Amino acid sequence: MTALDVVFGAVALVAAASGLLAVTTRHVVHAALWLVVCLGSVAGCYLVLGAEFVALVQLLVYVGAVVVLVLFALMLTRAPIGPNEEVSTSLAHRILAAVLGAAVTALLLAVLLPIAGPARERPGTTSTAVAEQLFGTWVWPFEVLSLLLLVSLVAAFAVSRMLRSAEAGADPDAEGAEP
Amino acid sequence: MIHLAGPYALAAVLAGLGTYGVLARRNAVLVLIGVELVLNAANVLLISLGAVGADSWQAGNVLTLFVITIAAAEVCVALAVVLAVFRQRGDVDLARAGSAQGEPASQTLESAR
Repeated sequence: MTALDVVFGAVALVAAASGLLAVTTRHVVHAALWLVVCLGSVAGCYLVLGAEFVALVQLLVYVGAVVVLVLFALMLTRAPIGPNEEVSTSLAHRILAAVLGAAVTALLLAVLLPIAGPARERPGTTSTAVAEQLFGTWVWPFEVLSLLLLVSLVAAFAVSRMLRSAEAGADPDAEGAEP
Repeated sequence: MIHLAGPYALAAVLAGLGTYGVLARRNAVLVLIGVELVLNAANVLLISLGAVGADSWQAGNVLTLFVITIAAAEVCVALAVVLAVFRQRGDVDLARAGSAQGEPASQTLESAR
């Protein structure tokens, strides 16, 4: 048990507890806010593991952009404020889902824990090394990813525009076939 | 010095919680929160392997950056679809999905009001 283990355990406990609250709370908006805590403490885990650049990207992209998008979508879909039973399925469904979730956890633990091995040296990665590899070895996947981001942006725009023009059109059955 | 059992356990717990969130939520936006948790479990695994291994290509870090990018793209498209569904049906309740299929959009909107 080293100091890094203790710090990682504390941060991971926060991440797991807030993740549990994010998927079980009855307040719709609280779920998104607990997701902020969970993703932020996962970024803390990355810091403990020595990946400082990825931790910053996690904070910027996940906490800064993705959660804001989720909150925005909750606002636009007129999510109810306050506790609401309608956000989760029935009790039987939830028990089945909990059993399946526990099975996933147990399966992953059974596979991963035996190969964890003894304590190892954590050299830590500098941003310079990450940047050299990102723009050297991984440059083509990087470029393809930028294309993927562009395509998803255009696709999101197209999906929202298509529906709007189908709504405005005279024939509502002709969705997707508008001029 | 760090034990890898901690990161592995965190990844397993996050994946299980995400699976529960995907299966137990009726609001389509909250299902996405479950998906995010599963993706973060994968990221924790990649980072923990990259942190201790002799990783000459920095694959753990770089692949995590790629997964974060793909997750952002996925959330972007998924929320556009959720908003389109909301505009057409008036709610994003997955338990009622498919119950009003074939109904014209204008009628669905009127019946939801």
